[in-house]
Amino acid sequence: MEWISYLGPLWQGAWVTIQLTLYSTVLGALLSFAAGIGKRSSIWPLRILSAVYVEVFRGTSLLVQLFWLYFALPLAGNAIGIDLRLDPVVAGVLALGLNIGAYGAEVVRGGLKSVSQQQLEAAQALNFTPRQTLWRISLPQAIPEMLPAFGNLAVQNLKDTALVSLISLGDLAFRAEQVRNFTQDSATVYTLVLLMYFGMALVLAGMIKLLEMSVGRWRTVSR
Amino acid sequence: MSSQTPASPDQTPARPLVRFSKVTKRYGEHTVLDDLDLDVAAGEKVTIIGPSGSGKSTVLRILMTLETLTDGLIEIDGEPLWHERRGDQLKPASEAHLRKMRGQLGMVFQQFNLFPHMSVQRNLTEAPRQVLGLSRKEAQSRATELLERVGLADHANKYPGQLSGGQQQRVGIARALMMRPRVMLFDEPTSALDPELVGEVLHVIRTLADEHDLTVLMVTHEMSFARRFSDRVCFFDKGRIHEQGTPEQIFTDPREARTREFLRAVLEPDV
Repeated sequence: MEWISYLGPLWQGAWVTIQLTLYSTVLGALLSFAAGIGKRSSIWPLRILSAVYVEVFRGTSLLVQLFWLYFALPLAGNAIGIDLRLDPVVAGVLALGLNIGAYGAEVVRGGLKSVSQQQLEAAQALNFTPRQTLWRISLPQAIPEMLPAFGNLAVQNLKDTALVSLISLGDLAFRAEQVRNFTQDSATVYTLVLLMYFGMALVLAGMIKLLEMSVGRWRTVSR
Repeated sequence: MSSQTPASPDQTPARPLVRFSKVTKRYGEHTVLDDLDLDVAAGEKVTIIGPSGSGKSTVLRILMTLETLTDGLIEIDGEPLWHERRGDQLKPASEAHLRKMRGQLGMVFQQFNLFPHMSVQRNLTEAPRQVLGLSRKEAQSRATELLERVGLADHANKYPGQLSGGQQQRVGIARALMMRPRVMLFDEPTSALDPELVGEVLHVIRTLADEHDLTVLMVTHEMSFARRFSDRVCFFDKGRIHEQGTPEQIFTDPREARTREFLRAVLEPDV
């Protein structure tokens, strides 16, 4: 029963992975809404800012973004005399959140676009301001539409956390590599790791499903 | 422009509550409203009938500020809707001006356009609370009273999706009335309904319009209702009022050939 002894360090790593996923998904969600709403703003600098953010972070690799934040940013900071060295956790959460937020922004934009013109006309006829219409009419109807796509992104994000092992952050992938180096038992270690990622993904997908059911209750009522 | 009548409400003839002066609406080459003049007096019930594509709904939509006009002037109680007076000049209206003017109008839509994620009660109370700043208690008592009037007191906590089309439209009417508009616009309020549900909605419109002494501008295909309900019927064709008069005159003695032709087609369809 050699493999039981692997579970300690692997569980340690899994806990880091869970935290990374949680923080970066929350950050990503906030950025998604900020940029997704920003892209439809009537204020043009907000539109441009949102579009630039989305294009830059969708158009470059997550790995490069991570390395840039962790290795290049401190050097850039040095050059102008500011300390921009980031803790690996902070760099990891930032890179993952910024990356997933750029994809999420498109989901938010698409969701808002799917709200029917008739709903917006009803809101205007009742004299709601554009802001009230967004928060009280459009978003509550669009969020249930967005959640399945958000679920995909969150699972994607969970799997992407493995990249942070490359800046020597002790997540699941990093611990797996350590255990494997130490024991040379690749088959067992990678099988365990596979199952652990899969288990976490299942739990995450289940949580999103629950959220979907609770925010979209009005969609399933029948006469 | 002849809107310089002094504001003295007890003198007759009163200034019209709604006035369209030479209103034109074009989409590219296509002219939807062509130099339209139309007055609606306070308390008057005017129905607009006519073939589809004649610009009937556009009249309501421009009045509700859902669509812009290309040319002309619309006034509500003497105040320009799409323009603001600056000195003796008319400038395009600001958003603040449009908001102020919009508050005097209420609209009922063909497809009801209820908010599906809100209960019936909240469909009614949301705008009065957020837009008019009513307290929860005031808004709720107003809603209870109106739901009672439209016969839906027992359905306050349901979602629109749980109601029949006729019930949804009655909620739509109550929702518009919650804002206490001076003018109610009905855009084919029964066209999307199953035939057996039309009666309940028309009944509600009629009762409430009488009770609240509403000013009503309605586009409809329900000819017998138009005849019983209206003070005046306008027959629209090609973006203009082709003929208008009392329901009696329009339905029994239409002067224009085009009106006769339309009414014959609607009332006695050749099978």
